[in-house]
Amino acid sequence: MREILVFVLLVVVWQLTVWVGSIHPVLFPGPAAVATAAWKLRLDLLEATFRTALAAFTGLSISVIVGTLSAFVFSQSTLIRRALYPYAVLLQTIPIIAIAPIVIVSFGRGFFSIALVSSVISLFPIITNTTTGLLQIDPNLLDLFRLNGATRLQTLLKLRVPCSLPFLFSGIRIASGSAIVGAIVGEFFVGSGQPGLGAMIQRKSASLDMAELYATVFTSTALGTLAFAAVSLLGESLLRRRFGMSLGGR
Amino acid sequence: MPSPSSASDKRPPAFALRNLELRFSGAERPVFQNLCLDVVDGEFLSIVGPSGCGKSTLLKMLAGLLMPSGGELNRCSSSADSSSRIGFVFQHPTLLPWRTALDNLLLPLELGPDAGKRRLSRTECEELLLQVGLTAADADKRPSELSGGMQMRLSLARALATGPDVLLLDEPFAAVDDLLRLRLQEDVRQLYERKHLTTILVTHNLHEAVFMSDRVVVLGGSPSKVVDSISVSGPRSRSAEYRQSPAFYNDLRSVTAALFRTPVSGKESGDA
Repeated sequence: MREILVFVLLVVVWQLTVWVGSIHPVLFPGPAAVATAAWKLRLDLLEATFRTALAAFTGLSISVIVGTLSAFVFSQSTLIRRALYPYAVLLQTIPIIAIAPIVIVSFGRGFFSIALVSSVISLFPIITNTTTGLLQIDPNLLDLFRLNGATRLQTLLKLRVPCSLPFLFSGIRIASGSAIVGAIVGEFFVGSGQPGLGAMIQRKSASLDMAELYATVFTSTALGTLAFAAVSLLGESLLRRRFGMSLGGR
Repeated sequence: MPSPSSASDKRPPAFALRNLELRFSGAERPVFQNLCLDVVDGEFLSIVGPSGCGKSTLLKMLAGLLMPSGGELNRCSSSADSSSRIGFVFQHPTLLPWRTALDNLLLPLELGPDAGKRRLSRTECEELLLQVGLTAADADKRPSELSGGMQMRLSLARALATGPDVLLLDEPFAAVDDLLRLRLQEDVRQLYERKHLTTILVTHNLHEAVFMSDRVVVLGGSPSKVVDSISVSGPRSRSAEYRQSPAFYNDLRSVTAALFRTPVSGKESGDA
């Protein structure tokens, strides 16, 4: 309720600023102009949102597969973890803006490149969270498994994997927002001929269509928020119903 | 040497510890030195001592979770496959939240290289739940649907699932409220009386030690060793009334006195 109140207040202040300051609409369009532009562009925006969401979802799926597999490897050997973890961190520190053109040049101006950019940016939180989850086990539970002579595989499948699920899901939750950003950045660099939100942002800013640009940016933000909320909700209910655990604030 | 348990009064010890030493790598002084202890087969033994004297560490060594750095630790079991026949109850229930009570109970049987060979029928499991004060209806509940006391009972049932001949209890009632603790003490003692299971309890609660056990061993010193062993004169079969008896208070007095005589380990004195 309070969030909505803040939103309304912001929109009012925004509109008032535009009126009172009589700012030129090219520099700073008011909320009314943005809303009109959004309505005009609704079909384009809907299609672009769908395209971006699909690319982000594909990228996120790649990240989940690659990320959990890497986490498995990392959790099995301290040596491998020490040797490879710095490179996982490196992945995180390379700016996505720099990666996008490289990926697009290497893999072409298509859907796959965009999904790949999205995957690169969303991989790291999944690797780190899942690795942490696989390793951070209640020592008493590990003792219980050891006491009963559990094999390495039994400990992995019956204890480590289920215990890591809340960590995996909170990793996916963080990654979902990043995956959207990655897809948009990828589309931005592919540019013309690409129907996603990123390409639309690029076109609108090139043509100084500020109201339409704002409308596209807000749509992007809404998509990111939606993805985050959807993953939270899905993860939370799956964990609670199937596993009797909760996602928590990790 | 293993011998039939019905043979004579002179039974072999369940555990024989000789000059046991434990030193963690990098530690200045060992945790234990010259620790000697015999645990009689079928007895209920409590281990008490000041905080930080290594009570729980000793229990982990008995369970085989920690290897001594020196000395001898012999386990004489009356059954053939000795290694898997230890039941361990932790301070917290340590249940798997995604498993039902029944599946938590069966977990120990699913582990180990010979997993799946030993089986328990549903009826046997329900029987086990009844023994620890749960009901058959609890079998399909998740741990989150059970109260703290019920979770502890389930944890106890799980420790019994493999049919152990030794039960190790590591401050199992430390995290439950007073009234429940008294109930659990009585229930576990009665379970012991029925099952004739060698039971070793680590506790910081002297009332608990005297009420539940046949013998109380006091650890102390730095490095730690057994400094006293007091036989409890209480009857074999004990109920809540025993707590009110003069015999109980006499034993409690001697255990308390023994603990006060104990040299303090570490900076802090015992909290008991």
